[in-house]
Amino acid sequence: MQIYLPIAEVSVNAFLLFGLGGIVGLLSGMFGVGGGFLITPLLFFIGVPPVVAVATGANQVVASSVSGVLVHLKRKTVDIRMGTVLMVGGMIGSAAGIWLFNVLSRLGQIDLTVQLSYVVFLGIVGTMMLQESLRSLRRARNAVPVKRSQHLWVHKLPLKVKFRTSGLYISVIPPLLVGFGVGVLAAVMGVGGGFIMVPAMIYLLGMPTKVVIGTSLFQIIFVTAFTTFMHALTNQSVDMMLALMLILGGVIGAQIGAQLALKLKAEQLRVLLALLVLSVAVKLAFDLLVEPNELFSVAAGAA
Amino acid sequence: MKALLTTLLLLLAGHALAQESVVAGLSQDRIDITANFDGSDLIIYGAVKREAPVPQGALDVIITVEGPSEPERVRRKSRVFGIWINTDVVVIDQAPSFYAVATTGPFSQVVSDTDDLRNSISIPRAIRSVGAPQTVDKAQDFTDALIRLRSAKGFYRMSEGGVRLTDQTLFRTDVDLPANLVEGNYKTRIFLLRDKKVVNLYEKTIFVRKVGLERWLFRLAHQQPALYGLLALAIAAFAGWAASAGFKLLRN
Repeated sequence: MQIYLPIAEVSVNAFLLFGLGGIVGLLSGMFGVGGGFLITPLLFFIGVPPVVAVATGANQVVASSVSGVLVHLKRKTVDIRMGTVLMVGGMIGSAAGIWLFNVLSRLGQIDLTVQLSYVVFLGIVGTMMLQESLRSLRRARNAVPVKRSQHLWVHKLPLKVKFRTSGLYISVIPPLLVGFGVGVLAAVMGVGGGFIMVPAMIYLLGMPTKVVIGTSLFQIIFVTAFTTFMHALTNQSVDMMLALMLILGGVIGAQIGAQLALKLKAEQLRVLLALLVLSVAVKLAFDLLVEPNELFSVAAGAA
Repeated sequence: MKALLTTLLLLLAGHALAQESVVAGLSQDRIDITANFDGSDLIIYGAVKREAPVPQGALDVIITVEGPSEPERVRRKSRVFGIWINTDVVVIDQAPSFYAVATTGPFSQVVSDTDDLRNSISIPRAIRSVGAPQTVDKAQDFTDALIRLRSAKGFYRMSEGGVRLTDQTLFRTDVDLPANLVEGNYKTRIFLLRDKKVVNLYEKTIFVRKVGLERWLFRLAHQQPALYGLLALAIAAFAGWAASAGFKLLRN
């Protein structure tokens, strides 16, 4: 069944969109990532113009994150206080990121910047996560008790706050900085930033994995809602018909994903997420390094 | 007096050329883009009207359908420090979003180069590109690339022999419009040619419009962007909640 998208002005198969949404929703529920880093390139691939893909992708992430966070809320695995602190940092960061995005657009190299930051960040995050989770998998098998390093530099900063759900008593400065950094990246790369947020929460803030996913989703809702609204306001590039198709698939996928996440061990989840992140990074790096079949591309507008 | 005589002579000459003219019809002059729009078949048919006996020379018909034009940016990648990035850009002033040409025979045998140039009939002639920046060499490559990319997607088409001409009088062609149609006015031109020269031109516009929900959404997005943004978010939040509530019901 073909469906015509009013804003994107292309006609695509409705079931294809439904499926895409479903896969991304599944990942969202399992890993606590919004899935923006997957949905946006996939939409490019099926012929949706990049501006529309970025804006509509953000809209779909809102829906799947709401769906996922409700499951985690019921399970009491959302640290709302930590999420709020991250979100405040994230909002400031995303405003700064939008400014940076405009500067880079004026210089005419935004595409390259976005691709390079995908490769660099996905590469680093993926490699680190894979190493760490493989190590802890091996440790779990040898049944050596896991020792959490309790005295990192983050514990010496002022403005300490109790994050009860995470079982942490740390300064608000590191979460604010993490939120800010992710916010900047999210705005420049056009994603929710979950794939950076999740490892940052585990490795920089020392939060337990169980709480991380729900909390990440919680703050992604607000960051992507902000992005969607800004895109709708300034570029009129949110395609509601496209979003609706992706959302229908996505919310169902997110529910299934959240159930699957319960059945897998935290370390296994991290290995899977690491592999996924790495494969996207490798694919993007490959595209940059290998000579493309078609050197030319067309973009509308004379500006 | 001399000027008047010249005008009169020109008018007579014009009339002599127009002794054959096109009478044509379209299967539809209005195309509605609905939510499940998946392309449309357009039939263009007609006849050659004559006041005098059939003149000498080969008779041919060329039919073009042209979508709304827009300036396009064509970029070229090249290798910098080992990675492939967009380095050159050429702005093509006006390029139609859709362009189909159908003829009664091989293009070069149907129309002369001069008449093609004058009427912008062939695909490269339908694209207007005035000046490429001096810094970019081989600017023609960019126009060729645009044609190649659009042809590959079926937006630019040349169908030599696509027009059927019966008894030097009746003609007909089918243009199948793609699903990814851009809204706008589509200009249909029917050229009548004698010995590779255009003797008559018939023009008609097809209106391609979004209707129903498609139109409502498009207008809302452009006229009330804040409301549209909030509506998009509300739908997303509701869908998220509904899925979670629905699954809870399923499990119980």
